[in-house]
Amino acid sequence: MMNRMSKPLGRSLALCAVLAMPLLLTGCEIGGKDATQWGPRGAAMEGVVNPRLMSAPGVPPESAYPLESRDGPRARDTYQNLQVLGDISADEFNLLMLNITAWVAPPEQGCNYCHNPENMASDEIYQKVVARKMLQMTRTINTQWEGHVKATGVTCYTCHRGKGIPAYYWTNAPARPNGILGNNMGQNMPSPTVAYASLPHAPFETLLVGNNPIRVGSKGIHPTPANTTSIQATEATYGLMMHMSSSLGVNCTFCHNTQNFGKWSREQRVGAWYGIRMVRQINDGYITPLKGVFPAHRLGPTGDPFKVNCQTCHQGVNKPLGGVPMLADSPSLRDPNVAVAGAGTSVLAAAVSTPGAVRAVAVAMPTETADRIADAAGAAADQARESVAATR
Amino acid sequence: MALLSFERKYRVRGGTLVGGDLFDFWVGPFYVGFFGVTTIFFATLGTALIFYGAAMGPTWNPWLINIAPPDLSYGLGWAPLLEGGLWQIITMCAVGAFVSWALREVEICRKLGIGYHVPFAFGVAIFAYVSLVVIRPLLLGAWGHGFPYGIFSHLDWVSNTGYQYLHFHYNPAHMLAVSFFFTTTFALGLHGSLILSSANPAKGETVRSPEYEDTFFRDILGYSVGELGIHRLGLFLALSAGFWSAICIIISGPFWTRGWPEWWTWWLNLPIWS
Repeated sequence: MMNRMSKPLGRSLALCAVLAMPLLLTGCEIGGKDATQWGPRGAAMEGVVNPRLMSAPGVPPESAYPLESRDGPRARDTYQNLQVLGDISADEFNLLMLNITAWVAPPEQGCNYCHNPENMASDEIYQKVVARKMLQMTRTINTQWEGHVKATGVTCYTCHRGKGIPAYYWTNAPARPNGILGNNMGQNMPSPTVAYASLPHAPFETLLVGNNPIRVGSKGIHPTPANTTSIQATEATYGLMMHMSSSLGVNCTFCHNTQNFGKWSREQRVGAWYGIRMVRQINDGYITPLKGVFPAHRLGPTGDPFKVNCQTCHQGVNKPLGGVPMLADSPSLRDPNVAVAGAGTSVLAAAVSTPGAVRAVAVAMPTETADRIADAAGAAADQARESVAATR
Repeated sequence: MALLSFERKYRVRGGTLVGGDLFDFWVGPFYVGFFGVTTIFFATLGTALIFYGAAMGPTWNPWLINIAPPDLSYGLGWAPLLEGGLWQIITMCAVGAFVSWALREVEICRKLGIGYHVPFAFGVAIFAYVSLVVIRPLLLGAWGHGFPYGIFSHLDWVSNTGYQYLHFHYNPAHMLAVSFFFTTTFALGLHGSLILSSANPAKGETVRSPEYEDTFFRDILGYSVGELGIHRLGLFLALSAGFWSAICIIISGPFWTRGWPEWWTWWLNLPIWS
């Protein structure tokens, strides 16, 4: 007879195992899931989501009152010190000011969040200087980045959601110690910015400002002079992609067939491509230049202003605020002088509607814009990549 | 053939699960049995349908032939033959053939009066397959969640399914499965090299007994798991690898929808330090 476990011991072990079973379920999401397929059948390009965990898209507040006409005396003839909105009618200007107050200003402060009530034209309150820059930025987004914001457009509310400071922003991390000791190389900090992975938790500092390349896919299996991307760069890109996924409430297959990340297999990737470049322009062209305007408590630990990433607008939703058109009563945030009815179609918007049109329009555009569009065109991806490399 | 004298011993009637004496005979060295017949039926039909699906598809390139499950929109219902219906029938044939083969192993075990270790081990492999194409699709409510039958296409499925959870290496069951797979090969490497070393002594020496094998590991590790023990350990490691593979895909979707790295926030949120 072989040596067997004694019966009482075996029984108590079995009892412990049975009692421990429910523990295994504590890390689980119980209940039904919703699945959406966006690739060919059998390719597993789909999203399985827990409807109880999805972020609500949010609802933009209604305009204080509908905009009926863009005619009438110009705002610059009624008010002083208008550097951005002087061309629109005074009526439209008044409505926009009311709406901006609802979008951005804390209710207890109202107009006074930006204005000195004794002298509304004065720039003495820093928020007014910031707001002017932000209006310019909003127009740039709505007119030059339709590849990303489409005809939906953005207003202050898209990011601010009724608060003076948007809920989601980033600043540069304090400098790391030199050498190996105590230097985690920006990794192994389970941070929501990279969906809690051990990847570099601050990919924004290198990839959401400036012009560093993001694509790290190899063109061959061997290291060659044309193929020198480092593991570090790859991990930073992976970190940024984790941020994009969790910011939009989607997974990697929403933009990529992971069989080949470098392929433009999903048009969503084109929108994301524009989005990254848009965010870079927002940070470099509009927010960082305001460094000297912000008071110290509105700056990060290294003295840089609060910058934007995908989460700032998207807030866990693929289409911010459910994709409702934002500019119906605020056309001046896109078109300074165009009639309301004609708003929303520009060369760029038409250009990105079909890949064929992209190349056609790209030819007629200034080099930089043309490269931008041509690069994003799925059909011409390879040639486009080379042309961009050439311009760098 | 020298082994025939041994084989005669197991060619005994009885021990069948179904059908009594009906298929209780051998063809050459092969035991047939009721489940041998069903294995042949399912395997032949399934293979023929794979060829039919390939014939209806765009390519005969063996790497690219793809027989995909239905769109998710079909849910748990039947799909038209060329829009996933073939995949559904082939899946039934595969499960039928695999289970038949396992039951045929059971019958042979009964004839020989040995334990059911072999059919049990094969059962774990079947469980892993069934997890992918039956259990998980059932839990998620659509056959379309199963993996496609094709060499490259099933690899694409694996890649995309992993990236649905952002970073699959953070899946705790995947971690266990990978660790068990590595440990299995490690243990087999240690065991195989040990057996070969004692069975291949220096010229003029005799083959060494198991005492030498035990002594080697006692000297190097302080412990030898023993002759029978290493086979128990090997079986445990191998079955654990397959079992946790099955668990890691069953929980992905039905029991977790976010990125796998986020699952570990339970640790960060333990009341001890949070």
